[in-house]
Amino acid sequence: MRSAENPFRLNSFATSNIVTTMDVKITIIDRDGTAHKVDAPTDMAMNLMEVVRSYELAPEGTIGICGGMAMCASCQCYVKSDTPLREKEDDEEAMLAEAFYVQDNSRLSCQIPITEELEGLVVELAPSEE
Amino acid sequence: MIKTDILIIGAGPTGLFTVFEAGLLKLKCHIIDALPQPGGQLSELYPKKPIYDIPGFPEVKAGQLVDNLMEQIKSFQPGFTLGERAKDIERQEDGSFIVTTDEGTKHHAPIVAIAGGLGSFEPRKPPINNISKFENKGIHYMVKDPEQFRDKSVVIAGGGDSALDWSIYLADVASEVTLVHRRNEFRGALESVDRVKELKDMGKIKLITPAEIVDVNGEDHLESVSIRKNNNPEEDFTLETDYFIPLFGLSPKLGPIADWGLEIEKNAIKVDNTLDYQTNIPGIYAIGDVNTYPGKLKLILCGFHEATLMCQSAFAKIHPGKRNVLKYTTVGGVAGFDGTKKEAPKSVIRSID
Repeated sequence: MRSAENPFRLNSFATSNIVTTMDVKITIIDRDGTAHKVDAPTDMAMNLMEVVRSYELAPEGTIGICGGMAMCASCQCYVKSDTPLREKEDDEEAMLAEAFYVQDNSRLSCQIPITEELEGLVVELAPSEE
Repeated sequence: MIKTDILIIGAGPTGLFTVFEAGLLKLKCHIIDALPQPGGQLSELYPKKPIYDIPGFPEVKAGQLVDNLMEQIKSFQPGFTLGERAKDIERQEDGSFIVTTDEGTKHHAPIVAIAGGLGSFEPRKPPINNISKFENKGIHYMVKDPEQFRDKSVVIAGGGDSALDWSIYLADVASEVTLVHRRNEFRGALESVDRVKELKDMGKIKLITPAEIVDVNGEDHLESVSIRKNNNPEEDFTLETDYFIPLFGLSPKLGPIADWGLEIEKNAIKVDNTLDYQTNIPGIYAIGDVNTYPGKLKLILCGFHEATLMCQSAFAKIHPGKRNVLKYTTVGGVAGFDGTKKEAPKSVIRSID
């Protein structure tokens, strides 16, 4: 397990008591099988795909290709923990119906907003379509 | 051989706007794009989505923005090579370039501007063993000539518009059409879904859902596909067919441009952002989403800016030593290559007696 440096709080007030919003700890298993425990901010309107990209856990151009519109499946991940997640909307459901390597626990990470409920979430990135 | 001043690769918003900025400098442009229509991902992926960060447009639909850009550049008469992918580039002795497409169309220009966005859109290929073995030998990822399938049996896979539309079209051409989709629900236009249901009830389309193709079989040419129903290997069965057409949409790939000797970083082309967005090869520029530099943002508005600076640099290269002064369109108007001239009406000065 690797702990990556948090790109969101580099020289911020993270250690002082001014910050009231919490980060959540998320474990992301990359496409090579390495697990990364990362801090994801709940106060920046981010989604899980953007967190993966900001920690550079998958090469640029292989994840989040459509920008987060549920129009490609490049950010597909498998949910490995029983963390409660927001229900899939129709467009995510439809995209997963045409994606490859889909499992019962597949989600599009761009459709998962980072909220406090995600503490302890474990996901694994699906293989890229090559 | 098509000759032009600036050869643009990619007909997305950045490529289209380049035509305008080049036109103001009296430089002619020609655009190559792998898709059959201009607009790039705006037309292909999200034509109906609103965009909110185009300066001066509080809200504009992606498709509308493309229409507006086409209107804006019309008088500069850009040439288009659509439905073909830029494949090879050859540098000439005089420093100019010849770019050849996968269909063999040749283009000659002193300046090449790569506005390739995420890359050229290519069909998504399902991960099935041996699928590449039968490419063009019974397996086609797009329908170019429907007549090819006349009186043949065809299996189509997919659940979107193209799978539905081609199933409907080929129902009247092929001897047998089978549509296989992983879900019972289809996400195409409502009338297409209804039409497929009608054709199914008439026995003209065989519908197999929820199911997917798990294997392709044959000697030299495709002979059959293996279909798995309900995600249950025990229900696998083989269906004889002349053709299998997987239609899972398109996804962008940097493609042959990656082999042009350009410096690539993180799937993007490195450029000089302190000056003119030129690549490591003089005369080749990269603008818009396809390039990278410190602080790069993949935004349409940044692509417009990059295109503008790039055209100034291209002008200096094409006309070395020629002085160029920035002219505002509010002052100089826009003189098209088609003889049209747009300009601000002269203000009337009159004294009041």
